[in-house]
Amino acid sequence: MQIAPPGFDRVFSALADHTRRDIVRRAISAEEGVLELASHYPISFAAVQKHVAVLERAGVITKQRIGRRRIVRTNREALLVARRLLDQYEGLWRARIDRMNELIAETAGAIDTAETKESKR
Amino acid sequence: MTVTAVRKDPQRLTLTLEAEFDASVERVWQLWADPRQLERWWGPPTYPATFTKHDLAPGGRIEYHMTGPAGDQPHGYWDVLEVDPPRRIVLRGGCAYADGTLTTEIPISTIRVGIEELAQGRTRMSIENVFPSTDAMEQILAMGTEEGQRQAVSQADAILAEETIQL
Repeated sequence: MQIAPPGFDRVFSALADHTRRDIVRRAISAEEGVLELASHYPISFAAVQKHVAVLERAGVITKQRIGRRRIVRTNREALLVARRLLDQYEGLWRARIDRMNELIAETAGAIDTAETKESKR
Repeated sequence: MTVTAVRKDPQRLTLTLEAEFDASVERVWQLWADPRQLERWWGPPTYPATFTKHDLAPGGRIEYHMTGPAGDQPHGYWDVLEVDPPRRIVLRGGCAYADGTLTTEIPISTIRVGIEELAQGRTRMSIENVFPSTDAMEQILAMGTEEGQRQAVSQADAILAEETIQL
């Protein structure tokens, strides 16, 4: 969708929630599994699991097996991609503004031509 | 290059672009008010846009789709929140399925357009894109500023440069 570049909305909506942002911060050190993460929040384990799933789908975190445990790890590359998407969004608008300018130049040209014809008459 | 300013402002949740045109306020307004003109600039040449509904009035609705090189047709819509011709438009947009029903999982983005007169017949347009949360935006703006991330940033920039060409 061209409202925003692909992936942008998903990453932004994943990061738009306070609990999910906190999970992302904690998971930078990649020490805890979902169970340990859940102990930090006054919400149910299932609710935390859901948040983790949203982040995982957006590619913001990954689960990594270490021995018998599954550790939640923040994918810093994915956050970097989010920043790139923001820059890309800027690029998208710059291209649109270029096209606006071309369109204006084109119609101004048409008016000039009409005026020239008018004056020749 | 007519873009005169780009601001990524985490406090105000916005990415703002300002551009100046060598044209009157009325002329610049037509870029938004005339759907046939909107079609000429909204989508890139590889993804031209078709506006099937264009009710630019408060409470009105604008619907469009784009057509990709493979025949794919992503649909989108805007709800018109405010209109003050020829100076101001506020739109809230999102994606829709092909049958026109809205996708609810994707957050709604808001676009504020301001058009103002400058000296010598020039006109400034500002386009403000509002994001869903301050913290999300701050987090994203903070990325790439840390040590050790710089190389990754330059790699990302190289990819961005390639993708911008495709736009």
